[in-house]
Amino acid sequence: METAVFLLFALLALASALVVVAHRNPIYSLMSMVLTLFSVAVLFVLLGAPFIAALQVLIYAGAILVLFLFVVMLLNLQREESPGGQPAQRWAAVLGAGLFGGMLATLFWRTYRETPAAPLSERLVSLHALARALFEELLLPFEIVGLLLLVAVVAATILARRPHVPPETEAEP
Amino acid sequence: MTAVPVSWYLLLAGVLFAIGTAGALTRRNGIAIFLSIELMLNAGNLALVAYSRLWDDHTGQLVVFFVMAVAAAEAAVGLALFIAIYRQRRTIDINRINLMRW
Repeated sequence: METAVFLLFALLALASALVVVAHRNPIYSLMSMVLTLFSVAVLFVLLGAPFIAALQVLIYAGAILVLFLFVVMLLNLQREESPGGQPAQRWAAVLGAGLFGGMLATLFWRTYRETPAAPLSERLVSLHALARALFEELLLPFEIVGLLLLVAVVAATILARRPHVPPETEAEP
Repeated sequence: MTAVPVSWYLLLAGVLFAIGTAGALTRRNGIAIFLSIELMLNAGNLALVAYSRLWDDHTGQLVVFFVMAVAAAEAAVGLALFIAIYRQRRTIDINRINLMRW
């Protein structure tokens, strides 16, 4: 049962990730990305991390991708314009990425193939233990991340603001 | 019931990372490159959670929490940059944003 669920959502994640990378229209890429994120969230649940799965759906699929969607619609992006370099360059990029991913996957596979998965422990799944670790051991990083988010919000607001144009030199409508 | 070995998750994470890398290298649309980078981050998150399962220690999950926060900050600033660039140059095709090329 667990294997079936894993296989289903792993294949779904892979297929939709390929669509994200391959589709020329950014809207379709985005929608496919939502599917990938949901599939990975299911895998998080299987791995005994329900809190992370909830964060994935709420923050990634809910907030970050909606931000992307807003920007795509704001800029009215159509299909990609330029074909992008020589075909040789493209193939080299794909080959390099494949080689790198293959090496990474082989490394993971060979290192941990024999390791049997221990049964899920109460401590790993428990939200209580997670919160204790977050607010006791990692309190300082937590606060720093809060500060980082504040800085990012201010920076984004300033960057995306319409630049101030003097009244007599109206450049464009 | 047979549990899925953790190495399968790690394998999946590696493949997802490779797909994201290929996308980031071959796409020409700024937003699509950004999406590919998010895909790579997600593959990394999957590997972290898999390791946390393997060693029965939730530090990996906490790292994922921080990665998500940083990814949110990165997305906000990056998309604001794209909006600013689009205002100036009417495109976010990275082949045409070559102002800093010498």
